[in-house]
Amino acid sequence: MLKGRFGGFFFQLIALLLAFGVVSLILISVDASPADAYKNMFTGSFGSLRKFAEVLVAFVPLLLVTAGLLVTFSSGLWNIGVEGQVVLGAITTTWVFRYFLESDLPPALIIILAILGGMVGGAIWASFTGLLKVFGGVNEIFGGLGLNFVSTALTIYLIFGPWKRPGVASMSGTVPFPDEFSLPLLADLRISPWALGIALAGIVLVYFILQGTYFGLRLKAVGKNFRAAYLLGIPTWQYSMYSFLICGALAGAAGAVQVAAVYHRLIPSISSGYGYLGLMVAMLINYQAIWAVPVALFFAALNIGSIQLPILMKLDSSLSGVLQGILVLFVLLAEGVRQRFAKKA
Amino acid sequence: MNVELKNIHKHFGKVHANKGINLNIPSGTIQGILGENGAGKSTLMKILSGFIQADLGSEIILDGKPVIIDSPADAIHHGVGMLHQDPLDFPPMRILDNFLLGHSGGLFPNRTTVARDFKLLAEQFDFSLDPDSYVDALTVGERQQLEIIRLLWLGARILILDEPTTGISASQKSKLFATLTKLAGQGMTIIFVSHKLEDVEHLCNQVAVLRAGELVGETKPPYITSKLVEMMFGKVITLGERQATQAGEVVLSLKNISLEDVRLKIKNVGLEIRAGEVIGLAGMEGSGQGMFIRACAGLTRPVGGRIRLNGRDLTGKSYHTFKRAGVNFLPAARLEEGLVPGLNLTDHFILAEEPKGVFIDRAAGQKLAEERIQSFNIRGTPLSTVESLSGGNQQRAELALLQSPLSLVLLEHPTRGLDIESVIYIWSKLKERCRQGASIIFISSDLEEILQYSDRLLVFFSGKVSQPIDAGATSVEELGQLIGGKGWADMGDEHA
Repeated sequence: MLKGRFGGFFFQLIALLLAFGVVSLILISVDASPADAYKNMFTGSFGSLRKFAEVLVAFVPLLLVTAGLLVTFSSGLWNIGVEGQVVLGAITTTWVFRYFLESDLPPALIIILAILGGMVGGAIWASFTGLLKVFGGVNEIFGGLGLNFVSTALTIYLIFGPWKRPGVASMSGTVPFPDEFSLPLLADLRISPWALGIALAGIVLVYFILQGTYFGLRLKAVGKNFRAAYLLGIPTWQYSMYSFLICGALAGAAGAVQVAAVYHRLIPSISSGYGYLGLMVAMLINYQAIWAVPVALFFAALNIGSIQLPILMKLDSSLSGVLQGILVLFVLLAEGVRQRFAKKA
Repeated sequence: MNVELKNIHKHFGKVHANKGINLNIPSGTIQGILGENGAGKSTLMKILSGFIQADLGSEIILDGKPVIIDSPADAIHHGVGMLHQDPLDFPPMRILDNFLLGHSGGLFPNRTTVARDFKLLAEQFDFSLDPDSYVDALTVGERQQLEIIRLLWLGARILILDEPTTGISASQKSKLFATLTKLAGQGMTIIFVSHKLEDVEHLCNQVAVLRAGELVGETKPPYITSKLVEMMFGKVITLGERQATQAGEVVLSLKNISLEDVRLKIKNVGLEIRAGEVIGLAGMEGSGQGMFIRACAGLTRPVGGRIRLNGRDLTGKSYHTFKRAGVNFLPAARLEEGLVPGLNLTDHFILAEEPKGVFIDRAAGQKLAEERIQSFNIRGTPLSTVESLSGGNQQRAELALLQSPLSLVLLEHPTRGLDIESVIYIWSKLKERCRQGASIIFISSDLEEILQYSDRLLVFFSGKVSQPIDAGATSVEELGQLIGGKGWADMGDEHA
């Protein structure tokens, strides 16, 4: 019973229970009621349509980033730089909007151009990590991390430098764009169905690439055994680059949506940490695209649900991060234990 | 220090690597250990130096006291130091820092006294090592010297050397031999593991020969080479009828090929291989045949010479160009280099085919896999992952991945570790390729396999390459000598 698909599910269920158990202990240690905390998080995310719309606002970039990371993980790459790729997507989108501020082009076209621009920007930024890896021998984790810092610095420079608000520059970001530059939102809600569509299209695309195409199979071969893939005739380093480009484009789309549908300007923390959160989702779902939607939605709900905690219970909203982190650790641990069992059996 | 090994057994799963070995080495002896690859030499030495533990019931007795050695650190504590074939040092560090590693001397080592000890030891053996230079600037021979004095400084009374004469210069070798003789004179016990008959005969006071995990004989000087060879390779078994193939057009032509890596240099090899011909490469592992076969695949770039395939100059081109021109290479490390663990057989067959469009036709892939599984007699299903297959079936899977048509098949140890049934099957498949016009070059450490299946063969020894030898005109005995570095002068016409 510990083998196969069901066995995997069994271990993950235990991991989930353990994660909630540990977080409960933490809550008890600060004299807070775990039941209340979980209840507040649930109502904070699913309690009303407005709240659920907020969950979807967080879900969109998270899903896009996760979709991209599934591609890099499949080719055996740790694209930590995804965070910076989100930022560069946002920067390029902002740049495109600014470029067309005075133009007579239809706004819909400008929005499309801006989002495509964001994808290109993210892809170019990802290609830096890829080039460093392929031609410079720099591990993608180090290259990506370094570029993340550069991207943050670049955002701050733009906000306080060339793109500063007239008068005084501020941490609140650049001047908001006119309303017609926004992706259409649902009435009274902050969620754009178009953004949701982009995200779902992204994950479906990735699912089909990985499941059904020669390209996806070759990516997996490169990821699982670089050397053997080369001997089988696959142009290995090119495939590493392709996967960086695809992931960068999807992360860039996440950044573009943050600008075009959520903040309507460039702000310093435009990526909101969705890059790193996406890494956790990708690890949690064991790199299987089919699970990306429910798990990303769950993580987004935790994030939004915990916003209420400081007000209602005087708990810090980072509780969601603690829960997410512990959950990932336990799931990985459970997987390790399961493999040990499988080996012995 | 007296070393006594009693009834040493070691199993790795089903493999019985050491079968009750008994060996006595008195203090002050230089003990030679001979044996072909896989004879159990390394296992025995790893047991003595604490890298692995022998099975229950095995005994190691040092100076009359039974000891249990459960780690390399523990071994040095008992006075056993091992010098590995690839020195286990830390290239980006200074020599002195390297020297300090492994020394349990508290948190802050006293560098001045250590530097003094280092100098004294280096002078004693006439090694010119600068303690402040970096290890990556040293030659293999110098790294060996560093390792020797490091082990002595840590208190080694037994020194194990694994193939120490590979990759070092002649002068370094004579210095090494002088050092070892001197150490033995001081009462050290030296264990010298090698496949080079000449070195062993020259240096050792006594020699033990291992074959297939057993100690098959011990001798003292004067050594009779032919007897050593016979012990190493076993009794010559009469071979089945060899099938001569009629050779066709020249497929591969090598002209003055020179190859180099950190260890070895191969100079000016010339060879022409005709369609349908099988060339066997014999030699101890690491004698240059691996580099040679990789050069034929375009994986190693020759430093000189030309490679032509079917008349087309491919010198300096990549493996993928070679592959498109009809060269396939099957590496020995099946799961490391040949196959992709985690992917199933169907995935592999799809990957090996030219893509048709963007989307994979799973049904066609499945059908292809079923056909190949049947025609190559692989015990597995289209959905079996390659790591779940046995070694023999992995090898069959690799063969099933060969493209068609093919000009040249390069194989490293195509039948290593396989049962006899698989061996015969695999060669029948390979010979089928020959009849279709492909040539084969293969590496094997099984001399009988080489004599049985190749038309001509090359012997490699420390980067020297023999002229092509007609497989019908030689014997296991003669090959054994050549592999051990004997009889090269008589040939007179080797390449280097």
